Amino acid sequence: MSSLVSSRLHEDIRDNRLLLARLITEVENDTTTGRDALEILYPHTGNAYIIGITGAPGVGKSSLVNQLALAFRKGTGKETKPHVGIIAVDPSSPFTGGAILGDRVRMRDLSGDTGIFIRSMAARGAIGGLARTTAQVARLMDAAGFEVILVETVGAGQAEVEIASLAHTTIVVDAPGLGDDIQAIKAGILEIADILVVNKADLPGVENTERALQAMLQLSNHSGRASSAGSSSTPVWEVPVLRTVSNKGEGAFEVMEIALAHLHFLRTSNEWEKRQHLRIRDEVENLVMQTMQQHWMKNLPPSALDKSVEALYSRKATPYQTVNDLLKLSGFNFD
Amino acid sequence: MDQKIRVLIAKPGLDGHDRGAKVIARALRDAGMEVIYTGLRQTPEMVAEAALQENVDIVGLSILSGAHLTLVPRIIELMQANGQSKVPVFVGGIIPEEDVNVLLDAGVKAVYGPGSATTQIIDDIQKLMAEK
Repeated sequence: MSSLVSSRLHEDIRDNRLLLARLITEVENDTTTGRDALEILYPHTGNAYIIGITGAPGVGKSSLVNQLALAFRKGTGKETKPHVGIIAVDPSSPFTGGAILGDRVRMRDLSGDTGIFIRSMAARGAIGGLARTTAQVARLMDAAGFEVILVETVGAGQAEVEIASLAHTTIVVDAPGLGDDIQAIKAGILEIADILVVNKADLPGVENTERALQAMLQLSNHSGRASSAGSSSTPVWEVPVLRTVSNKGEGAFEVMEIALAHLHFLRTSNEWEKRQHLRIRDEVENLVMQTMQQHWMKNLPPSALDKSVEALYSRKATPYQTVNDLLKLSGFNFD
Repeated sequence: MDQKIRVLIAKPGLDGHDRGAKVIARALRDAGMEVIYTGLRQTPEMVAEAALQENVDIVGLSILSGAHLTLVPRIIELMQANGQSKVPVFVGGIIPEEDVNVLLDAGVKAVYGPGSATTQIIDDIQKLMAEK
């Protein structure tokens, strides 16, 4: 076992920012050290409140994260201020694999506060708006004692909805002037919102954006998601539309209060349990797929794939038969 | 499995020009590295803490203000204090020739003045990382 990981890791990692930072790298690189750490820490996780922040590029996600972190640190009315972990995901270049991670630029207000830990992640080719290991990195922060974790996705379009299965509360950020009411009724990112925020609310057109979002909510009867349990006594979460001007710090406190109200809703309805079960199921499924894929690639005889491609190209083989053959070569047998 | 070189590009001090820093950040990105860019007007404390949280392999400081003899040794001192004595630091910007050795003595790995080729910087970083 690596020197970073001991059986007392769940104690070591508390208040040890350097260890946390190094373990995040191990987890991000999917090393055995990283996996060992996650295995030891798992029983000590599940305590953090994870908020996802997503939306199109340039709507002000980083600035809102900055303001939300400040709001949580200023106080939630409780005695103790929560520690706030931030994970900011930016895209990797599909050509070079490199990335520029620039979200810290908007978070300079947070420096100097040891109750805040910011980590930038490159998506590394993952397409759901997060990196493949973002959930595990959040788990490390959870184990390290961060009570609130803010996860900012890459600038997301219409299909990057993975954040909804990671976060307890998903905030979708929009801004005036980005699209008409047809955009708002398309499927995808707006459907995953627990809270909608119109940022840059000091710009002209804010009423139109707000109206389009409200209309979308009414049309899709969004609250149906929470009330699908059926009985009329089941509490229902009405998705609110809030205004913020993040670069001036306006509205973030209200967003925090609504987020906490949503957390309370999850806790007092059966939604919390339901969502956590879904999330764990997703995670296990993904891990099984990943593991099988790795196993397949590792055990495939060299050049077997090249040969199959050649045979398919010259039409001497057929696709499904080839798949069966390739799986068998790696030791999978589905007969 | 999926290891990437992580670089912090920081602009400590009060000068407001970050074109050089952005050119370097872009070049390193195109060389396949993950570059964390801090933005302008960072204090030494902010730079050392960002390097720690991001667990970077190397730190690049861009300074055009002339305050390098104050800022750079302070950043290196803070990085040593928070457990990052093994993280190499390089400096780019307007550095008078007579100051280059002072910075190298303070623990800086390399100093790149105006006209330095980005390919040289990339090469140097890749060599350093291969030695690790």
